[in-house]
Amino acid sequence: MENNVAEKVIDIIAREQHFQPGVVKLDSTFAELGIDSLDAVNILFALESEFKIDIPDAVAQNMRSVRQAVDSLTRVLEGKDVSDLVAMAKGGTQAAGG
Amino acid sequence: MRRVVITGMGVFASAGKDVESFFSNLVNARSAICRITQFDPSSLCVQIGAEVPDYKPADYFPLKRLDLLDRFAQFGLLAAREAVQSSGIEVRDEERPRFGVVMGSGMGGVGTFDGECFNLYAKKATRLHPFTIPKIMHNAATSQMCMEHGARGPSFSTSTACSSAGHAIGEAFHLIKFGIADVMLTGGSDAPITYGMVRCWESVRVLATGNSDPSRACRPFSADREGFVLGEGAGVLLLEELEHAKERGARIHAEIAGYGMTSDAGHITQPSVDGPARAMRMALEEAAVNPEEVDYINAHGTGTRLNDVTETQAIKEVFGGHARSLAISSTKSMHGHAMGATGAVELVATALAIERGVVLPTANYAAPDPECDLDYVPNAAREKPVRVAISNSFAFGGLNAVLLLRRV
Repeated sequence: MENNVAEKVIDIIAREQHFQPGVVKLDSTFAELGIDSLDAVNILFALESEFKIDIPDAVAQNMRSVRQAVDSLTRVLEGKDVSDLVAMAKGGTQAAGG
Repeated sequence: MRRVVITGMGVFASAGKDVESFFSNLVNARSAICRITQFDPSSLCVQIGAEVPDYKPADYFPLKRLDLLDRFAQFGLLAAREAVQSSGIEVRDEERPRFGVVMGSGMGGVGTFDGECFNLYAKKATRLHPFTIPKIMHNAATSQMCMEHGARGPSFSTSTACSSAGHAIGEAFHLIKFGIADVMLTGGSDAPITYGMVRCWESVRVLATGNSDPSRACRPFSADREGFVLGEGAGVLLLEELEHAKERGARIHAEIAGYGMTSDAGHITQPSVDGPARAMRMALEEAAVNPEEVDYINAHGTGTRLNDVTETQAIKEVFGGHARSLAISSTKSMHGHAMGATGAVELVATALAIERGVVLPTANYAAPDPECDLDYVPNAAREKPVRVAISNSFAFGGLNAVLLLRRV
């Protein structure tokens, strides 16, 4: 399942960022890819729509690399406990200052 | 007293995607009004609009950038690019805190909002796109222009329906005049031709319905007029303090010398004579110009009976006998009513009249109306020296903005 998810996540990130194929790798961080906090929210929206799930805000705030996105998503998909991610996200970044 | 001049102009609208094509279409009295193409208008009573023709956003913006740009912000950015480029200005880093942007928009990103509402209500979407807010907010065009041009000074947006651009430009003018800024990008942009918006406007019963002959649909001041035609686009001007412009040898199109703004405080949709008249007087007073010195008025001239008659009365009240020797035209007959952009597009037409000595016409004028009995420059442009001109914007809600230009 995880490989499948990883492939899909990479495709979605590439599509949303209008990247050429091959740019996004499992080990890329969002910072390396020039993905800012608002881009990240857009990617979350695309992931939620694609996988038909809700990603809790706290989990979302913990996604700062492709691998983190894949791991978090996998756990949400498998219905696993994500409370550690929620705890880690305290002090995480938000996309907007309102 | 600091003086303020126009040193750059940009138009991205139905009647032209740059100032030269805009002028060339209008000087030949060519109307840009067509059957609506952005969606299928078959089910509407009003199937016409003044759309930017053959517009493909990807010709102008990278896809990543477009994700965050509603059509109205795209238009603002495109007109601003021409204004900046034509001005030849290169703003230095230390000047940026005194370089700002003030843009007007009546409807903001209504197209994006319409689409997301459709997703929510009709398609029962459970989540909406996170870029919706940064795209639809009325200040999106202003902020995107600030970012593109590095304008870090006083910047905001205005929203006063059809007067949005008039107020924006007037406020930008004052920011320079009163020493708060030295260079301003200002104007208006709107993209209100959506299925929902046309339906809303239809229900007010102010739109012309000339579906069979769109180019003749808008006939301001003519006895057979039927109403206005929704338009879209943007106009942007680069304003500069006179000495700043002279120092860099800038080409000066005209001086902005007066700005009048009033409120009718009467009725939410019916214009008064008094509010517009006072706004015109206020602009004359600020510029210290006598009514007899004004050569040309670019009228609000929507083509509704209520506007055309009250505007004519207001002009008579302010200009007395001189009202009959003035040239007055409504270029909306050709570029439609671009809402929050219209005052900016029309101020470009007004500046061109001063710079080129050519008054653009009121197209489609067919029959004299006893209540509109002034010189509306019917159907053909006219060569005429223009030293002083005013541009009128009178909004739904009774908020009026008048700008006065003078030859330098």
